[in-house]
Amino acid sequence: MSTSPVSGPTHALPVEDDAVPSWQLLLTLTAAGALAGLAVVLLYDWTRPRVEAHKAAVLREAIEEVLHAPRRADTLWLSNGALSATPPTGADAKKAERVYLGYDAQGRPTGYAIQVVEPGFADPITLLIGYEAGRRELLGMKVLESKETPGIADKVVQPVFTAQFRGRVAPITGIKRDESAKMTTDRTAVVMITGATISSRAVLRGINKAIAHWQPYLDAYRPASAQPADTVGTGGKR
Amino acid sequence: MRCHALPDIPGRRKPTATEDLVRGIWKENPTFVQMLGMCPTMAITNSVKNAVAMGVLTLIVQFGSNVFVSMFRKRIPNEVRISTYILIIATFVQIVDIGAEAMMPDMHKALGAFIPLIVANCLLLGRQEAFAAVNTVWRSGLDGIGMGLGFTLGLSTVGTVREILGSGSWFGIRVMPASFEPWAIMNMPPGGFLGFGLVLLALAWWKDRAARRAAVRAAIARGAPSPALEEVAV
Repeated sequence: MSTSPVSGPTHALPVEDDAVPSWQLLLTLTAAGALAGLAVVLLYDWTRPRVEAHKAAVLREAIEEVLHAPRRADTLWLSNGALSATPPTGADAKKAERVYLGYDAQGRPTGYAIQVVEPGFADPITLLIGYEAGRRELLGMKVLESKETPGIADKVVQPVFTAQFRGRVAPITGIKRDESAKMTTDRTAVVMITGATISSRAVLRGINKAIAHWQPYLDAYRPASAQPADTVGTGGKR
Repeated sequence: MRCHALPDIPGRRKPTATEDLVRGIWKENPTFVQMLGMCPTMAITNSVKNAVAMGVLTLIVQFGSNVFVSMFRKRIPNEVRISTYILIIATFVQIVDIGAEAMMPDMHKALGAFIPLIVANCLLLGRQEAFAAVNTVWRSGLDGIGMGLGFTLGLSTVGTVREILGSGSWFGIRVMPASFEPWAIMNMPPGGFLGFGLVLLALAWWKDRAARRAAVRAAIARGAPSPALEEVAV
């Protein structure tokens, strides 16, 4: 690799006299990489609070929806086999499972918002349910994320499907459309989407699994406030 | 060697700014003529909204990286130019990805994995090699905008066909009567191929017809007798 130019007017063809020294190649790539890294990291740091705020707002909105506008909602973390209103300390604080407990205007607990993730036909379906643990009753359901087949199975996000869950009792069972009359007698029944059996089943399975998982913790949990848990709801029977 | 470097031919007029801009929109449209960037063309054109968003994001990346490559074209040694171009493109894609997540989170979610995949769109590297590496910043910027607009036009045309047939709407506005049963397949991956094929078919038919008409006009100008005209027009 010579840097000395070979020149002369007698050459008929140009010779390779423009070899670039290695340090210059290295410097180019290093400088480009450093600048690129700096730009990306600065932008990332600058936009992070905004992105986090948006995620929190989306979750808050979903909680409001499934718990029907509670006065306030507290986060409860699962640590050491019990629910606690104080976040766990240490490394697993971010990973700890959590539910949200909504309260009405009188400060009485109205129900829990529980996130459910269940593999669907395409990708995991993420949804949030409102759940009253004493009566084992669903208060609402909202799909947070679904990549199910457009035009067919994406009906799982639409109110025609999701609105049915309000007032249903766990564990939920699926029925066909022509059996929809059963919904009046069977309080666990929900009409599945024709042509999207896998997606509908995934939603039902996810909800039932999440309730089975959380029920013992919810039953054992007593809010720290003076309100005993069995005043939950007005017509609550335990 | 930069095999695409086209030296200015003496005596040939330099392209005007308008030509630099319009080239990508029509004559060398990335989607319909160059047929580059087929992955987003198939993947995200199930709605016009997604198509326009992807087109605009690609435009930003194309413009930004074109300007940068052109700005440093005399400083980037030939031997490391591909790495450097890819790094420049990747940086802009990352910037666009982060920016979109912060500013339009719903759109960012809808486009999902396809924003990071802009980095693999061969249109981008193709323009760096063929244009930005050998032209001024001003011309490269115009070329980037033109190519980006052309890509947006291509995606939204396919998106129009797919959304109208697949959902009965355009840009989210219902355009088909309520009795119209949407073709679910147009929303799914095969609909990408079908929609793109339909658009290409229409363009080919249109081009063919234009060529025939031009031939007829030329024949008339030559004063050809009418039987000859019919032959051309068939």
